[in-house]
Amino acid sequence: MNAGTKFAIGAVLIVGSVGYLMASGVKQTGQYFLTPTELTQKIAVDPSFYDVGMKVGARVVPGTVSKDVATQTLRFQVTDGSARYPVVFHGLPPDTFNDSVEVVVEGRLKRDGVIHATNVLAKCGSRYEAVPKA
Amino acid sequence: MTLLGNLALWLALLVGIWGALAGFVGGLKDRPDLARSARHAVFAMCAALLVAVVSLEWALFQHDFNVEYVAAYTSRNLPVFYTWSALYAGQKGSLLFWATVLSVFGSLALVLTPRHHRALLPHVAGVVSLVAAFFISVMLFGQANPFQRLPYTPLDGNGLNPQLQNPGMVFHPPMLYLGYISITIPFAFAIAALLSKRLDTDWLVAIRKWTLLSWLFLSIGICLGMWWAYVELGWGGYWAWDPVENASLLPWLTMTAFLHSVMIQEKRGMLKKWNLALIIGSWLLSIFGTFITRSGVISSVHSFTQSSVGYFFLAFLIVMGTASFVLYTNRLPLLSAEAQLESMVSREASFLFNNLLFIGIAFSVLWGTLFPILSELVQGTKVTVGPPFFNQVNIPLGLALLALTGIGPLIAWRRASVPNLQRQFAVPGTVGVFTALILLVAGMRDFYALMAIGLGGFVVGTVVQEFARGARARHRQYGEGYALALGRLIARNRRRYGGYIVHTGIVILFVAFAGMAFKTETEASLRPGESASIRSPYGWTYRLTHLGISQYDALNRQVTAATLEVSRDDKRLGVLTTEKRQHVDAFGRPTFQPSTEVGIRSDLREDLYVVLGGVVNGTEQAVFRFTINPLVWWVWYGGMIVALGGLIVMWPGGSPAAKRAQAGYAVRLVGEKP
Repeated sequence: MNAGTKFAIGAVLIVGSVGYLMASGVKQTGQYFLTPTELTQKIAVDPSFYDVGMKVGARVVPGTVSKDVATQTLRFQVTDGSARYPVVFHGLPPDTFNDSVEVVVEGRLKRDGVIHATNVLAKCGSRYEAVPKA
Repeated sequence: MTLLGNLALWLALLVGIWGALAGFVGGLKDRPDLARSARHAVFAMCAALLVAVVSLEWALFQHDFNVEYVAAYTSRNLPVFYTWSALYAGQKGSLLFWATVLSVFGSLALVLTPRHHRALLPHVAGVVSLVAAFFISVMLFGQANPFQRLPYTPLDGNGLNPQLQNPGMVFHPPMLYLGYISITIPFAFAIAALLSKRLDTDWLVAIRKWTLLSWLFLSIGICLGMWWAYVELGWGGYWAWDPVENASLLPWLTMTAFLHSVMIQEKRGMLKKWNLALIIGSWLLSIFGTFITRSGVISSVHSFTQSSVGYFFLAFLIVMGTASFVLYTNRLPLLSAEAQLESMVSREASFLFNNLLFIGIAFSVLWGTLFPILSELVQGTKVTVGPPFFNQVNIPLGLALLALTGIGPLIAWRRASVPNLQRQFAVPGTVGVFTALILLVAGMRDFYALMAIGLGGFVVGTVVQEFARGARARHRQYGEGYALALGRLIARNRRRYGGYIVHTGIVILFVAFAGMAFKTETEASLRPGESASIRSPYGWTYRLTHLGISQYDALNRQVTAATLEVSRDDKRLGVLTTEKRQHVDAFGRPTFQPSTEVGIRSDLREDLYVVLGGVVNGTEQAVFRFTINPLVWWVWYGGMIVALGGLIVMWPGGSPAAKRAQAGYAVRLVGEKP
């Protein structure tokens, strides 16, 4: 067997393991990224779609935020204009979190209809640009 | 001044278009007059863009809030330092910065390239003009003109986002931009070589230095970015696999691959197609990164506002990608290899595997970054992958790469013999195994961390062995003292020993990354006088006592500061302060959301990282997050060593003859007997 063939075998091994790692990585760590409307549709189609790890991208409903600093509990509602879900989160929200910001909520929808978040990411229009003045 | 700025931009655009036309036509038709004109066009464009930059800085420092850009990114009470950096804080200004720096690099490339590469230069001028003209036209036609005026004049500007008001942020974006932008130069040389059909190994020398330069800027930029994220963003880490971070990593990976595989082309005349593809790919990835950061197609915490600018970049990416591909495939017959791979156990083979791994990592990062879009296209629902995906895929690949970092320099070119392998691997292999064993006995149980540090020991072993052998050889041959011999060894073989220094820096980075496997975190809500404790992976316990909250006004912000007393195993270490800042404008109105200032106590072993989460209204009870991040300083040291090694490799000097001699010397020394 010449060096070229041996190298080709090595290359196939490397490419194969990269492919395998990527496929298994997606399978094990991939999360649905849904809007509240899509989440409602998912549940309508598949009623067992509870307690599945996912991300929900939506806007915080102004006036629904209640923050309890002492117990580090944050409650708010998110919406994309039609569907609306309550969220509960224990921990420190990011600096950019406020009551009208776009958020990505990472967590699980439980049977109580509340998204129990493990992480809340706030996206201001842009990190580099100022908040538009009212 | 905005009139002058606008004029300068239009002038630069016209000159740029002329430069592109004259450059390509001059090069293809071999017309020296047009070639000269293209060269002058690049210089003129550079001058015009510098005038535009000065105009914008003038408006910024004059607080001319009638200019939209000035009003959007500065305010009267913004420190001078940050007023300057507002130039590249926003979309529009950073486009101007991009075009300007590119024209400066382009001019330097035209001036500094030695005479015998003259035939390439018209095309280089053409590519630089074309790319710069594209950036200028985005400003002028993509509603991204930094000199846009407002119909009214606000009393004060919005101010700069507080998260950008950090010294790291003054240096990090320009460094990253310099890296991104300077990739255009090797790309221009690659296109020039393809167009002019001068595809001998010689043009590689012209490309290599520029690739190294942009690799160096990118490395420094990425490290500074990690540092900024760590001290400023307050989430307790330095790398989150965010799309924007990934975008900066992608060209870095492909350029690193190129810097290795180019050696095979220089020494053995192999891999010509591959190397050209890597350079073109790196440049396309840099434009892709610019597209990602500016279009909002992939949600990222870092990106600029979503805007139509993204479509300009997408179109440019597609056009340039297609054009390069057509040109490349057209020239493939000219790029046949001069030699064949002789053995699997050879330097060449180890470099090929190294390249495959780099590309594998780059591909998986690209895939993970684009996965939300791809899955939506294919399945109709967005599926995202996050840090767990990138870690799961890239830790094994990274470790394999680390192993090759040690193996590569130990194997001879062409074909290695068994006694040669034994002689080369004995010491480093032993060092590696013992490093891992010692840590295992000391109680470390994380598999990947053990592997990373063990392989790190192996790589450091190879580097030390190389330095020791080289210095000893000089000591014997010239009777130099060991210190002098070591110094001269590095000075005479900058590429080789500078490369080893880079490898050492990379090992330190890997060890630091491994440290993050032992990160611990806790949150606590404390009243003054109360304390919380956190146990370090080293076995000791920190005790943090909340001393109280103070509130005061500073230059452009209202500060709420919490002070904590820190002790370790009942020995007092001092106090740490962490703040919440509400930035205000000159009239005391709040601007931006509050931001956090992290309190960090660092030593070589670990960082104690304290974040003030919030204060219960009207009381001094506060919520904190305490994190112990092991070995973080090693990231910064590792980054500095990588940069130092890169500088040594790049340092100019030595005649071409001496360089050839060096290369020959290197082959002999790594090979069998000298």
